[in-house]
Amino acid sequence: MCATCGCSGRARLRLVRAGDTAKAMAEGRQGHAHEFHHEHDHDPVPEAWDSGEHEHDHDHGHTHDRTVLLQQKVLAKNDAIAGNNRAWLRDRGVLAINLMSSPGAGKTTLLERTARELTGNLHISVIEGDQETALDASRISATGASVVQINTGVGCHLDAAMVEQALFALDPPPGSVVVIENVGNLVCPALFDLGEAARIVLASVTEGADKPVKYPHMFRRADLVLVTKTDLLPYVDFDAARHAADVKQLSPDARMIQISATTGEGMTDWYSWLRLSLPAPG
Amino acid sequence: MHELAIIESVVETVTDRLPDARISCVHLEIGTLSGVVADALRFCFELATEGTGLEGASLEITEQPGRCRCRTCGQDFSPDGPILLCPCGSADAEILAGQELKIASVKVA
Repeated sequence: MCATCGCSGRARLRLVRAGDTAKAMAEGRQGHAHEFHHEHDHDPVPEAWDSGEHEHDHDHGHTHDRTVLLQQKVLAKNDAIAGNNRAWLRDRGVLAINLMSSPGAGKTTLLERTARELTGNLHISVIEGDQETALDASRISATGASVVQINTGVGCHLDAAMVEQALFALDPPPGSVVVIENVGNLVCPALFDLGEAARIVLASVTEGADKPVKYPHMFRRADLVLVTKTDLLPYVDFDAARHAADVKQLSPDARMIQISATTGEGMTDWYSWLRLSLPAPG
Repeated sequence: MHELAIIESVVETVTDRLPDARISCVHLEIGTLSGVVADALRFCFELATEGTGLEGASLEITEQPGRCRCRTCGQDFSPDGPILLCPCGSADAEILAGQELKIASVKVA
């Protein structure tokens, strides 16, 4: 079993080049796709991994066991790799965003339209996280954007080591945007830093307005909340004011944009947010 | 079920730090605002430690309560539930404690 993400299978990465057909991707190893198991041994391990740690031995007369103080963060290794990813991205002048939501909230549809409309203006590449299939990578690839598909097997989230390998495969150019589309899940991805500069949570109006209070950990650390599928507002019972108030309570500094990838509502604001979030050219 | 991934990280970390040790007890400190459920960790522990130096070890979890400072009125308060609502009515709060996810110590047999 994978010691970081808990998957009992193998997380697989496939590099899908722009224009690759779904058939070529389905063929997997025979086509352009490359698969490799993500390894969690990273050498050299950054200093942060060991900083502040110390061991003490204590003898307890009534037992033969000895206590060893570790005082170590459980996710220290993931966080150290995420720190490396962040520094690498910063040095390249690349904006990486972690896109999270429940399954079906519209992450891929938003990215399809974004990649098409920004072609020629802003270079976008995508890391797709799903338990299985390269279906989403196929959709993104059709827009002309470069995409790496990570299949996590039974794993419920992406981790920093998977993203490290995907970044290496993507090789994003300076001044570009890398969108990491996390596994659709409002619980587990909240805990795993990937090295992103910003965390975006999508909340579709069809899910109902209660998601922020039901999944507070996800919304608490959001930099931007995109309320998606707003073209469906006339047909669903979605209390937008209550939703906005709950998001504000959980994450007072988060920006909110109402958006529809079908009608185009809010897309201009979304593109402005992306451009303003790009690191200044070094 | 990220608690399984958390426990796997615990096993990996302890094994890295004490490669040949036979561990009899693992003591974790988990904040109530960390997003990790202590009971789910207990549920995974036996499964995840099987075949490792931690097999058969007991798991002790100390839950650290949440503590916040209100950015509006400046008072410290203990949040009641996952929404960090200060008694003054503001939810604009900084988390001071409660997000811990730490391996405090282990007992080596």
